[in-house]
This record gives sequence, structure tokens and C-alpha cells, in this order.
Amino acid sequence: MTLDYDGWIILIGVLVAACCAIPGSWLVVRGMGMMGDAISHAVLPGIAIGFLVSGTRSGGWMFLGAAISGVLAAVMTQIVHRWGRVDRGAAMGLVFTAFFSLGLLLIVQTADTVDLDPNCVLYGAIELAPLDTISLAGLDVPRIVMPLAIVLLANVGLTLLLFKELLATAFDPGLATAQGFDARWLHYGLMVLTAATCVACFEAVGSIITVALLVAPPAAALMLTRRMRWVIVLATALGGLAAVLGHFSALTVPGWILGGGLDTSSAGMMAVASLVIFLFMATFAPGRGVLARRWVSRRDAMRVAVEDALGLLFRLEERAVMLDRVEVEGLLQSDVRIGGRLGTVLTQIRRGSLAEVDNGAWKLTESGRTAARSLVRAHRLWETYLAGRASIPSSHLHAAAERLEHVTDPTLAEQLRTEVGDASDDPHGRPIPPG
Amino acid sequence: MDRPPEIQPTVARGSEHDPDAAISIHDLTVAYDRRPVLWDVDLDVPTGCLAAIVGPNGAGKSTLIKACLDLLPRVSGDVRMFGSPWRSVRSRVAYVPQRETVDWDFPVSALDVVAMGTYGRLGWLRPVGKAQKQAAMHALDRVGLSDYAARQISQLSGGQQQRVFLARALVQEADLYLMDEPFASVDAATEQAIVEVLRDLRSSGATLVVVHHDLQTVAEYFEHIILLNMRVVASGAMDETLTADNLRATYGGRLTLLEQAATALGRLSKDR
Repeated sequence: MTLDYDGWIILIGVLVAACCAIPGSWLVVRGMGMMGDAISHAVLPGIAIGFLVSGTRSGGWMFLGAAISGVLAAVMTQIVHRWGRVDRGAAMGLVFTAFFSLGLLLIVQTADTVDLDPNCVLYGAIELAPLDTISLAGLDVPRIVMPLAIVLLANVGLTLLLFKELLATAFDPGLATAQGFDARWLHYGLMVLTAATCVACFEAVGSIITVALLVAPPAAALMLTRRMRWVIVLATALGGLAAVLGHFSALTVPGWILGGGLDTSSAGMMAVASLVIFLFMATFAPGRGVLARRWVSRRDAMRVAVEDALGLLFRLEERAVMLDRVEVEGLLQSDVRIGGRLGTVLTQIRRGSLAEVDNGAWKLTESGRTAARSLVRAHRLWETYLAGRASIPSSHLHAAAERLEHVTDPTLAEQLRTEVGDASDDPHGRPIPPG
Repeated sequence: MDRPPEIQPTVARGSEHDPDAAISIHDLTVAYDRRPVLWDVDLDVPTGCLAAIVGPNGAGKSTLIKACLDLLPRVSGDVRMFGSPWRSVRSRVAYVPQRETVDWDFPVSALDVVAMGTYGRLGWLRPVGKAQKQAAMHALDRVGLSDYAARQISQLSGGQQQRVFLARALVQEADLYLMDEPFASVDAATEQAIVEVLRDLRSSGATLVVVHHDLQTVAEYFEHIILLNMRVVASGAMDETLTADNLRATYGGRLTLLEQAATALGRLSKDR
């Protein structure tokens, strides 16, 4: 099996995304997404020093240097936070910018003697990666694949091995520590893992885009699932998707905009794609997405409006007030919770055959009357209960009952009935309908 | 420091640990940023009793529990559980932190959280298996939440979350339970359910030390009381210890002077 140029870029991108998704998921659920940002920048001096010592871009020196400077940055953040009495975010900002500029200085200063390009560190050089190959079991494989594969294996292996320890220390560090799983060691272990991931990834996509891949896919996954193992699996899948989409859009998007045969940075487009995926999930995810939540609150508001309308019809009927259709609709319109929804409310009422227009006037049907009766019953039970138990002044009873009546199920209504004893009328002298 | 005459601790100050005590604390001092929170705490809780720690806000109730579990550094002092250092009896001790200390939006189910109680016995690297899940299910059942096992924890009410924490402690099958405000902001039904579980544990021989904030119910729920305000004001059987004098000494004006002194001391060391 051999891959062409684009195939290798996609494979490298997917490897990078998968590497980032695992420590990224743990960072995001710990509320430490910014730590990923900090570490990805803070490894730079370690990389530069490792590179100076060994004179090569491969090999363990760079990983060692990066792991040391990553953990050092995490420790120093903690020290600045505790001793400098600044909040954690500010402490991170201080430490990682200091580390990053130190790293840049080192690279620029030694640029004559070593082949490490500051631009490459920032943005990566995924387009060049497939050209720099080594021979592996008779195959020409991009050199960068090896460190990525090793880090990915390490990330997968450690997460499988230490899943319960990572979970416990992330959720409840106090209990985990009391059980013998020292939360601090796992914290720094995660920092080492993040640092190693950053080194493996920075050559392909640079330190800035690594941050996007650490944070965006896990954040998108959290929109879809609320189980940690699935967060990790989905973050990996969504990160891989971002890599594929990123590369293809890097090839095609500038063509749409500029109309030429130009293409743009694949790494940059991978970050953009991961952001787009996150925004898509945040908008459309069932349950947690913005639309789903809006739909639920809209549906609730509609239900309340329909119930209010039925309640009004019931009360008119109860007092034998005869109003024609226009007058009733005018009254409904003036209810704040119906108001502009009147058209939809009337359509729903008609469709559910809860009420109908008969002889130019609105009349409840049998099923509509039953629904309205239990609503009014709940309302009056609440008023009676609140007046007796909570000594709420009678002028405030109606507003409170008006909210509560919509969330009272038959069981609760029965409990209220028992609580208010043998009261047959509410505090305003209206009869409480039987259940 | 002279002890005011009306404060008569029922446990004598001694240099020896009581070997029969479930928890025995000697000379414990804890400070946040050099500001002392607990001073010279000497305390023995007998094995097999249901004990409440009571005291005003900032009295160091949670601090006492955390310091016993090495979750906070001590300035000085020694803690023994069942006559041994805490680390060697770790698996016999269960801890229930305050509910607000964790992120309830965390992506785990109620069952996942309860299963965390088994982690200590499992030790490093061994994954959660069928036996642990069954134990967790059983514990959830005991607190009346078996129908909620698969729920993500943010979908539980405050009282249900507190019961999940209790179930997580149950699954540890410990001999000593240290609980930090298990009754905080729960409804009356949950409070009764929790009390039932505590009494069950007590009758099966366990020792429970519970931070409690409600003086109305403390005598009803507990048989042993520790009155704490930066130091142990009094500790002993409920009837003898819950006296007006002791309460005044715990909540009254005299000890706020001590607190002022501690604040001043903290400021002094900071300036230096």
C-alpha cells in the first residue's frame, strides 16, 4: 500500500487530531482547556534546547526537553498563582508567554547554526512533511509519522490503563487523593502527556493550531455525549473529520473565493474545520445544542399559552359569561403569555379538538373541558395551599398559582388536595373543581 | 493560652492516643497562609458511634476532616485511625466531601460516580469490573436511586446528588465514615433517608463522624457530639456535652476574640 501526497497529508492530519483529542478531552472536562494552550507554547524552549543539544529534529532529546519545560511551566503557573496571588488564568498568561518568548529567542539566536524555522514552529509545515521520508520496512514513510504514531499509542495506552484514575482525579480530586490516587501526580502526568503530544504535533501543524485540535473536538464531543469514554471516542472521530475536511477545503476553498488554482494552508484549514464542527454541534446537537434548547423552551411556552387559553374559556363558561368569538380572542390576546402567539395557539386548540367555534362563539369540547378543569383545579389548590401554608398575601396568590398550575401533575394535585384538607373553595371564593 | 473556666472538655488532654478510638487526634494545628484555622486539637471518637461535628461558620469543621485525610498540610499534630496512621488503614475509611466541591456537569452517570467508591480497594491500574458495578448498583438501591443509575449527574436534583455521594461512601464498605455536610440543602424526605442509612451503618458496627449544621436536629440524629470552634470546645456523649454553657462557648462572643487574634496573627506574618 502506498499513499499519494494528499493521502499522506490527510493521514498525518488524522494522526495529529487523534493524538490531541485524548489529552484534550481530559483537559476540557477538567476545565483546563487553557492549560493546553499554555503547554503548547511553553514546550518551545524545551524543543529548542533539545534541538541544540542533539542537532536533529528527530530523537528523544526534543521530547525530553519539551516534557521538562511543559511540566516546569505547569509547576510555575501553580507557584505564580499561589505566591503571586493572581488568578490561575493570569498566572498561565504570565508563564506561557515568558516560556514562549524564551523559546523564540533561542530559535532566532541560533537560526544560523540550526535548521529550525520560527514560522514552521508557529504554523507547522504539513505540506512539506510527506517529502521528508524515511524507509520503514521497505516503504517510504514520512519521518513525522513515526513520532506521531508513538505518541498516539502512548496516549491510547495510558488512557486505557489509567482511565479510572484519570476519571476519579478529574471529578473529585479530594476523594481520589484520600483513596490513594494522588491528584497532583496525575495532574502532572497529564501535563507530560500534553507536552509530548504538542512536540509530536507542532512540526506538522505548529503550536497554535495544536491548541485548536486540543480543545475544539472535545468541546464538540461534549455537546453530543455525557459519558467520558464516549467523549474521548467522539473527540477523536471529530478531530479526524476536521483533518480530512481541513485538507480538502484548503485545496478547494481559495478556488471558490479567488477563482484561481491556488490552495491555502492545510493546517490552518484544519483548525478552522474543527471550529466549524464545534459551532455546528453547539447549534444543532440534540439536547444540548442552542436550537434544541430553544425548541424545548418554545414548546414549553406554547404549552403554557394553550393551557392559559383553555383556562380562560373554562372560567368564562363557569361564570356563564357569553362572549362572541371576537371578544374572546381579544381577551386571549391581552394575556401576556399568549399575546402574539394567539394564531398558533388557536390553531393548536382547534387541531387538538380542545375547543371549537360554534355559532360564532368559542366552546370547549369535552376533552378540552377536562384538561381545563384539571388546570383550574391545580390553580385553585395552589392558591388555597399557599394562602394557608406559606401565608402569602392574597394579592400575590394568583401570580404564584399561575406559574405552578402548569407544572402540576395529577400526583402532585392529589398531594395538594390532601394537604388543604376539606376546603371546597379557594381564597377568592371560587369552587375547587373535583379531580 | 488559658482555657476559660466554663469550658470543660469531657476528653482529657493527654499525650497518649486512645487505642480503642476509631479516630484519635493529638495536638493538631492547621493554618491557611499562616492564619490558624485549627489550634491544638485533641480529640478521640470512640469506635462504633454516630458523632456530629458542630460549630459556627469558619470554625474549621471541614478543615478538621480534610486534615485528618492529609488533604491539607498540618502545621503540627498526629492523627490515628483504629490506632494506626491513616495511610495504613486507608481502605477502612470512607470520605464524603461537600457536594459543592465537584463539577456536577462532569460527563459521568450516577452509577459511574458510585463506582468510584470501589476504586480505592481496586488500587492502581485495575479496571472496574462486573463485581464493582454490581456493588455500585446495590448501593444506589440502598439510597433509593436504582432508577437513576444511567442518569447524567447534572440531571439529578440536589438531594439526589447528595444521595449519590452517600451511595459512593456505602460502596466503600468502610469502618469509619467521614462526612462533610451530607444534609446541606436537601429536602426533608432526603434528610430522613440519609439518617436511616447512617443508623444502618452505625448498627452494623461502623463509626460515623458527620459535619452537621443544624442544632435543631443534632440531638435527635447523633449520640456523640464534637463542639468545634477553631479548637475542640467540648466532645463527648450528646446528653452530657450538648449544654447551654458549651454552646455559648462554641458560638458565643468569647471565641470570636480568638478568631480576631488569629486574623491579626495572619496579617502580622504576612507583613513580615
